[in-house]
Amino acid sequence: MFLREAPADTLSYMILGYSVILGTITLFLMSLVLRFRSLARDLKVLEELESK
Amino acid sequence: MEAMPRGLKALSWITGALFGVALYMVFFYAPREAVMGEVQRVFYFHVAAGWVGALAFLVTAVAGVLYLARGNRRWDIVAQASVEIGVVFTLINIVSGSIWARPIWNTWWTWDPRLVTATVMELIYIAYLMLRQGLEDPGRRARFGAVYGILGFLSVPLTFLSIRIFRTIHPVVVGNSDPTAQGAFDMTPRMLQAFMFSLMTFTFLYATALWHRVRLGRLAEKVDQLKMKVMAG
Repeated sequence: MFLREAPADTLSYMILGYSVILGTITLFLMSLVLRFRSLARDLKVLEELESK
Repeated sequence: MEAMPRGLKALSWITGALFGVALYMVFFYAPREAVMGEVQRVFYFHVAAGWVGALAFLVTAVAGVLYLARGNRRWDIVAQASVEIGVVFTLINIVSGSIWARPIWNTWWTWDPRLVTATVMELIYIAYLMLRQGLEDPGRRARFGAVYGILGFLSVPLTFLSIRIFRTIHPVVVGNSDPTAQGAFDMTPRMLQAFMFSLMTFTFLYATALWHRVRLGRLAEKVDQLKMKVMAG
């Protein structure tokens, strides 16, 4: 019977990798939402100014 | 402000659901790799992020050609939106690759052709975004962006082919790796399914993000035009 070597213990690197991947995607999507809201506010103000 | 189109709403929900399934497949469906262990799971989203980067830069080049041919501003908005998404996902690709490399290559970074060409490509497109900011005239900015986006795209096939034409330690997913490659592995059917599903999910994620980002670009343009009008009046 052959003894098979156990895989390397690399769990912490996987956690770090997915934290970076998911964190960056979340930050990007949040930036889209925040920029959109900010522009929508600007548009509202400008439309009010224009109508005066 | 116009409400979010129903198609975009549906696409966002579908993408969210696909993303959940992709995470399940990566963490629970695909088996643990026998030599590298858990860190191999980074591979699924690492490659998918690289794919989105390349796709985004291709769309930028195509939008650039269409802008130069037709002169319609909406193609410039698409090009800029796509570059932004491409830069984010290429960054994910580079950083996640570096994290994978630490236990496998025993280093965070090495001057390997793939790592260098991917980083140069990323810097080229970061420069695209920065240089655009410096141009006031919208027409000039759009023309510059179109030409830059077309020329910048040369870096994409170079990055893709770098591991096939240069001696490298980076493994090749599609095709044969260089004998000096470190970290190559044979995919089991479940690994391959998780990989293909991740690629599909990230393609949906790209399409969704692009649609949202284009809407943002159109809104920004509308605000700019109104600002000029109010200031002139």
